[in-house]
Amino acid sequence: MRVAALAAADDFDGWRDAARSLAAQRVSPADVVWQVGDLPTDLFGDEAIVDGNAPPPRVPRPFIDLARTVAMHADPERFALLYAMLTRLIAEPRLIDDKADPALRRLEEMAKGVRRDIHKMRAFLRFREVEEDDTTRFVAWFEPEHHIVRHNARFFVDRFASMHWSILTPEVSMHWDGETLTEGPAAAKADAPDGDPVEEVWKTYYASIFNPARLKKGAMLREMPRKYWKNMPETALVPALIAGAQAREAAMIETARAAPGGNSEVAWAALREEAAGCQRCPLWKPATQTVFGEGPVDAAMMVVGEQPGDQEDLAGRPFVGPAGQVFDRAMEQAGIDRSRVYVTNAVKHFKFEPRGKRRIHAKPGVGEIDACRWWIEQERGILRPRMTVALGATAARSLTGKTVTISRERGRVLTLSDGSAAWITVHPSYLLRLPDKTQADEEFARFVEDLRGAQAAMA
Amino acid sequence: MAQLDTRQKLAILADAAKYDASCASSGTAKRNSRDGKGIGSTEGMGICHAYAPDGRCISLLKILLTNSCIFDCHYCINRKSSNVRRARFTAQEVVALTLSFYRRNYIEGLFLSSGIIGSSNYTMEQIVEVARSLREDHDFRGYIHLKTIPDADPELVHLAGVYADRVSINVELPTTGGLKRLAPEKSAPQIEGAMKDVAHAIADGRDARKRYKSAPKFAPAGQSTQMIVGADAATDSDIVGKAATLYDRFGLRRVYYSAFSPIPEASAVLPLQRPPLMREHRLYQSDWLMRFYDYRPDEVRAAADDATGMLPLDIDPKLAWALKFRDRFPVDVNRAPREMLLRVPGLGVKAVNAILIARRWRRLALADVGRLTVSIAKMRPFIVADDWRPVVLADRAELRPVVAPKKADQMELFG
Repeated sequence: MRVAALAAADDFDGWRDAARSLAAQRVSPADVVWQVGDLPTDLFGDEAIVDGNAPPPRVPRPFIDLARTVAMHADPERFALLYAMLTRLIAEPRLIDDKADPALRRLEEMAKGVRRDIHKMRAFLRFREVEEDDTTRFVAWFEPEHHIVRHNARFFVDRFASMHWSILTPEVSMHWDGETLTEGPAAAKADAPDGDPVEEVWKTYYASIFNPARLKKGAMLREMPRKYWKNMPETALVPALIAGAQAREAAMIETARAAPGGNSEVAWAALREEAAGCQRCPLWKPATQTVFGEGPVDAAMMVVGEQPGDQEDLAGRPFVGPAGQVFDRAMEQAGIDRSRVYVTNAVKHFKFEPRGKRRIHAKPGVGEIDACRWWIEQERGILRPRMTVALGATAARSLTGKTVTISRERGRVLTLSDGSAAWITVHPSYLLRLPDKTQADEEFARFVEDLRGAQAAMA
Repeated sequence: MAQLDTRQKLAILADAAKYDASCASSGTAKRNSRDGKGIGSTEGMGICHAYAPDGRCISLLKILLTNSCIFDCHYCINRKSSNVRRARFTAQEVVALTLSFYRRNYIEGLFLSSGIIGSSNYTMEQIVEVARSLREDHDFRGYIHLKTIPDADPELVHLAGVYADRVSINVELPTTGGLKRLAPEKSAPQIEGAMKDVAHAIADGRDARKRYKSAPKFAPAGQSTQMIVGADAATDSDIVGKAATLYDRFGLRRVYYSAFSPIPEASAVLPLQRPPLMREHRLYQSDWLMRFYDYRPDEVRAAADDATGMLPLDIDPKLAWALKFRDRFPVDVNRAPREMLLRVPGLGVKAVNAILIARRWRRLALADVGRLTVSIAKMRPFIVADDWRPVVLADRAELRPVVAPKKADQMELFG
């Protein structure tokens, strides 16, 4: 059994010298004990390392870089694992390319952990300013996971060479005086200053740059695990920011709902103009134009139809064709002032199949309804109607987001996801299609009754 | 109005800046202050010094010089008609704040933007003055990102590029119709014209550096832009198309997508509800497919639903593409070219590179591939390995339930 003694936890050079010599003597990995510092010699290790005279072994260059990084890992087995890999590589150098080899994979994962810790130290270390005799010094307390402090000191020299600083850790401390880097003994948290007035300014920034409308706690924790929190002043704010976030977002939406800024006439006109160029689904291609809603923007009742028909498509206005006339008649009978109602369609382009010279109405698909729902939502956002009446299954789908059976849902108040009231009834074109006169009259009466019911539910 | 102190101003001007998604500090020239002069360094890779509970990286001090603005863009909390509290930093206050944060290792540098006050030129001058002072008076070698103003004097924009690592102009909305409705004073041709000028200046700068090493660097970290998602009628397919055009025409480093989020003092023109944050996430994934996975824009758009033009929210666009083009799979990990390996759902660029190296050495079994990736489950139906052929899985008519993530997984991304 051989004992290879290393000067420090991150003593890569010591490992390399010992490993070279052991490998040259073909010592099996099972016969080496790797020991860091002045710990008492292992009971079974009795032979020291002596330099063999055999030429040093050759290994692929990428392994040296890998080993240099892995040597900083906290795993006590790291030097043994590296030596075992070294002996395999001497026998088979191409093994370094076998990225799927379990042992190599393990070393790569360890290296990844070390690199991450190096990066996180650069990111999460916080300096605090202290006044010394004639100068100021910046002091940080940091607790790394691996033995990375000596390696990382270079980064801080490159960045803060004109400052005087100290980095204190439980393993070692590093000091820079503007010219030389010196190493000191392990430190304790109490050795570092316990505050800096600028931290309050920094915390103000941290709290202000956070957007409460997009809380993503998981994403934060993935990149900033809790183990680093204790030495970062801003993390003290996190619980309160998270707790308040939903309330802040809800308040914003509520304020906007209760007292919309700006002018809804202008907002509506701008929306209508944007809709004129809509290409959200392919229906815009064959259609003549977008048929947007119309009516007073402060209407309490909004009526949603299916889609423009042949005449609406040509006129560019909703509810002017035969079904629109049935609708007007029913509204009159229901005693509702048609001029005080905003009418629009679930789908804003005419979908049809050409049949000779005629364009035959085609039912819009779920994809088209969903694509067009954006406009309905915008219209409802501006109008905020107290009651939305859906005429037919397409309109019902558009408002509720799901397929609805008219016969089951008609005739009663429904609540939409935004909390406002809705009423579902048939589409007037259904009444036009009924061949039997008596039945048509009955259904028309039911339709009028539905409209009355919607009107009454608003009161 | 009572005088505001630095902290109060910072609270207002950082709050006003948070709707800009970018906080990157990567991809610039390497610098250090090893010589003991000045302060600061930059590495190839940026550093995120903290993460806010919104999951966003805090790398830079991201603030506005002022949140007063003569424009009235509806989506913007700083618009003229908004009732928010206004504040203004002097150039020297920003310089002092940047340096005191930098010395304590809180930040990589500064991202400065501003509302428009007085004229565009006056505002741009103030922004440039901050960068000038940091670079010239304090020899600051950290990262600087400046937002430029589209109709400012080209000389000033050029000066910004000389001091800054990155410059950006936001296209704001993916469609011109949306821009017209929500930012009536801004013009798409003007914004794109300014981006073109910057693109030329960057190319000229790089050219000059090739010939004369002493030529000044011009925005070494390039230019970027941002689009707001969910405030206008643009579909995912529209947005992907727009991003591809921007990358292509102006050689942008990055396009950022920012899901419209409710703001205090909202205008009635805006939607009340935000789009799902997942939508923004899917757009970033589609962006990655174009930038790192060799997908053409029309291929990414093919992953979207034909009728709605929207990418699925429940699965990522790469998986959606694979499910739509089942005939391109399974891919043999031991023989397939790089382009096809990159198409396998669950195989990242690093894993593909490792496979390409490892398979020169021996044939790979399923377990080997498993060791190179996070999870093998999702990719099983799409690959052939030495000991694996997805016979049953590949024949299944409906593969989506097998490979789509379970509901619980997705909640985590929202929460």
